[in-house]
Amino acid sequence: MHQTSHLRRLEAESIFIFREVFATCDKPVLLYSIGKDSAVLLHLALKAFAPGRLPFPVLHIDTGWKFREMIAFRDETARRLGLDLIVHTNPEGLAAGIGPLTHGSAVHTDVMKTQALKQALDQHGFDAAFGGARRDEEKSRAKERIFSLRTPDHRWDPRSQRPEPWLLFNTRKAQGESFRVFPLSNWTETDVWDYIALESIPVVPLYFAKPRPVVQRNGALIMRDDDRLTLLPDEVIETRMVRFRTLGCYPLTGAVESHAETLDAVLAEMRESRVSERQGRVIDHDSTSSMEKKKQEGYF
Amino acid sequence: MPPALLAARRPEPDFPEAGALPDPAGRSLLRFITCGSVDDGKSTLLGRLLWETGAVYEDQADALARDSERFGTDGKNRDYALLVDGLSAEREQGITIDVAYRYFATPRRAFIAADTPGHEQYTRNMATGASTADAAILLVDARKGVLPQTRRHSSIVSLVGVKDVILAINKMDLVGFDEAVFRRIESEYRALAARLGFRSIHALPLVARDGDTLTRHSGRMPWYGGPTLLDLLETLEPALPVDGRFYLPVQWVNRPNADFRGFSGTVASGQIRVGDPVTILPQGRASRIAEILTPEGARDAARGGDAVTVTLADETDVARGDVITVGHRPAHTSGTLTARLLVLGERVLAPGDRLLAKLGMATVPVRFETLAHELSVEDLSPQPARHLAMNGIGKAILRPEAPLFALPYDECKILGSFLLIDPTTHATLAMGIIEAVSSRSREASPQRSEDAHPRRARLQPSLRPERIRSAITTLLFAVAGFLLTGTLAGALILAALDGIGRPLLISLQERFWPVEKKPALSGAPEPGLDGGGI
Repeated sequence: MHQTSHLRRLEAESIFIFREVFATCDKPVLLYSIGKDSAVLLHLALKAFAPGRLPFPVLHIDTGWKFREMIAFRDETARRLGLDLIVHTNPEGLAAGIGPLTHGSAVHTDVMKTQALKQALDQHGFDAAFGGARRDEEKSRAKERIFSLRTPDHRWDPRSQRPEPWLLFNTRKAQGESFRVFPLSNWTETDVWDYIALESIPVVPLYFAKPRPVVQRNGALIMRDDDRLTLLPDEVIETRMVRFRTLGCYPLTGAVESHAETLDAVLAEMRESRVSERQGRVIDHDSTSSMEKKKQEGYF
Repeated sequence: MPPALLAARRPEPDFPEAGALPDPAGRSLLRFITCGSVDDGKSTLLGRLLWETGAVYEDQADALARDSERFGTDGKNRDYALLVDGLSAEREQGITIDVAYRYFATPRRAFIAADTPGHEQYTRNMATGASTADAAILLVDARKGVLPQTRRHSSIVSLVGVKDVILAINKMDLVGFDEAVFRRIESEYRALAARLGFRSIHALPLVARDGDTLTRHSGRMPWYGGPTLLDLLETLEPALPVDGRFYLPVQWVNRPNADFRGFSGTVASGQIRVGDPVTILPQGRASRIAEILTPEGARDAARGGDAVTVTLADETDVARGDVITVGHRPAHTSGTLTARLLVLGERVLAPGDRLLAKLGMATVPVRFETLAHELSVEDLSPQPARHLAMNGIGKAILRPEAPLFALPYDECKILGSFLLIDPTTHATLAMGIIEAVSSRSREASPQRSEDAHPRRARLQPSLRPERIRSAITTLLFAVAGFLLTGTLAGALILAALDGIGRPLLISLQERFWPVEKKPALSGAPEPGLDGGGI
């Protein structure tokens, strides 16, 4: 009961943000990254515009290295909800064969995520893009506004963010400027899972523990999702009971050992956890301020 | 009163303030900010509090150890400020630039903490954090005492309606844990804050870096027997917002097809049921609620904080920015707004400026008419001023140049707070809260307001400001007549002319008598509050 009122309040806040964007921007889009936060984001968007259907498209930036189960889930979700799904892959990056294993996480992320995202936003002329980032994820996220104004070349200037007192948003912008909007800013990881349970929102099965083929690399458990992951001399594939706390490109996403096979077990495990969810993300560890730097360059 | 009745009367907090809301474990929620001058140790205090309450994950603790060696300001020791200063510019400069929101909990309560910058240049970010806080921890460096920024932050905290202040007198180790220093700063602050209207001020002696008086009493300050910081945070009761009349600011007209026309928005306050008569403001058109759609489907009722879509029984013209309220109400447009402003941007604001105001869901052009005063940062006293520059706080009269429905902030935070926006650059220039609204429409004149405010009207039948004003005007005409003609007859004729010509003179009168009354339509149904301002 208590839990419900807390989640309903977050839900109302997010719906308010969705409507505010749609009422004041010309061409919004929802950035859909297939993970649990995106699942909640999409669910809230549908609620915000009910009884009508989602009045804007959903964009997935496909790096070509997502888990296969993620892609299957994405296509099934689009079908089930009747979404206008746009999938974009950076054609130059694809042609150049950019990948995390050959070029490293920094180059891969820049070309296949940041640049790809900018291409897609420019190509379609979107002036507002919803993302599922939460302030509790990471320190520079904690500093970001709900409405994040980006220059025509998509850059973020953390020093000149617009103040947002009382959830009162100045949604005016000049030609070429755009907003990244984060309706889940005030949600925590626990809230996201509690809400998924409350609303029975489908999520990618990779979040639940199962025996999976993994290899230990740089202190992380990397799942071998296809044979592009070639083994180094002393590496061996082991089958371990693992799940994922966050999802991204499979060679950059560490699994955690777990026996949480159900939603309830995941919730229980999370309440006990002593490590943050981004621990499994290889991309965050590039350098101390990596996320902030990527954001300034136009990353979500 | 039996507990059940008390519980039923407890109003739901206004969106978006959290108020005393339960979290998943059934704990109540407190939103607070840490504020104060630069280098007083705000980020260190919050970082240490996160550390002590177990909110720091193991991998984050490892990162802290690495960052402390590289950026730390405390030698090899952990620099707790690095847990909250997330921007590289902040770590490099050792200052906080932007507000950071952190979430943590104890077995007794969940917290949303906003760590706000002390640097004067980033006051706007501090004000953002303050706007949704229930309580403020105001830090003071024991060596420096109360500084201009301490006063400025206090006045911003007061401006946005925070009622409880914890005065954290930090770095007590650097003054030899001297109780006299603590008492002197405490009494200086209490004298200063007397005009700010706080409900409570608790003073604490701290060493945030070492944790003294944070979660445990300090062996180094045995003279302090009061509560620790965490004791206070766990027990402060957030002030409950007023749950007034039903207001739904229309955010978006939901028209997915020809058969459905709904009005979406978040209920600002009050309650509504299907079938209730409603009025669309500021126009005053009447209708009735046909359906209420909530995120959980169709419902019979909605209340403050709910994100709803309603349909009306009639084909009524409603647009974003209109406000749906309950009952039959006349048209109502705000004539002037008496507001307190905090300037957030670099543009200097002065009477004569034409700006945009975003209030609720409405964005309207406004004219900055008068600057009544600016608060002095020295002693928070009102001083005459010609303009307001960045970080300036002042009282102004604004005139909306399009129909607008507004309310005083203490009646409805959502319809009583606004942003001022530059129409050309789109920059956010100022935030404001409304103290009083004068009505422009004749329909909303005081005579009509008696049914909205029966209690006030009955209590003070002859002392309403309009009547006093009109009596004084008549008297002035009589005196002028006497002076001009030197006869009693002349005085009587002019006084009579005033009476006959009153309708023509009303607008003139409004210009010369700065109107500072609550709107005729304010209608807060809680009788206990009604006599409060009289």
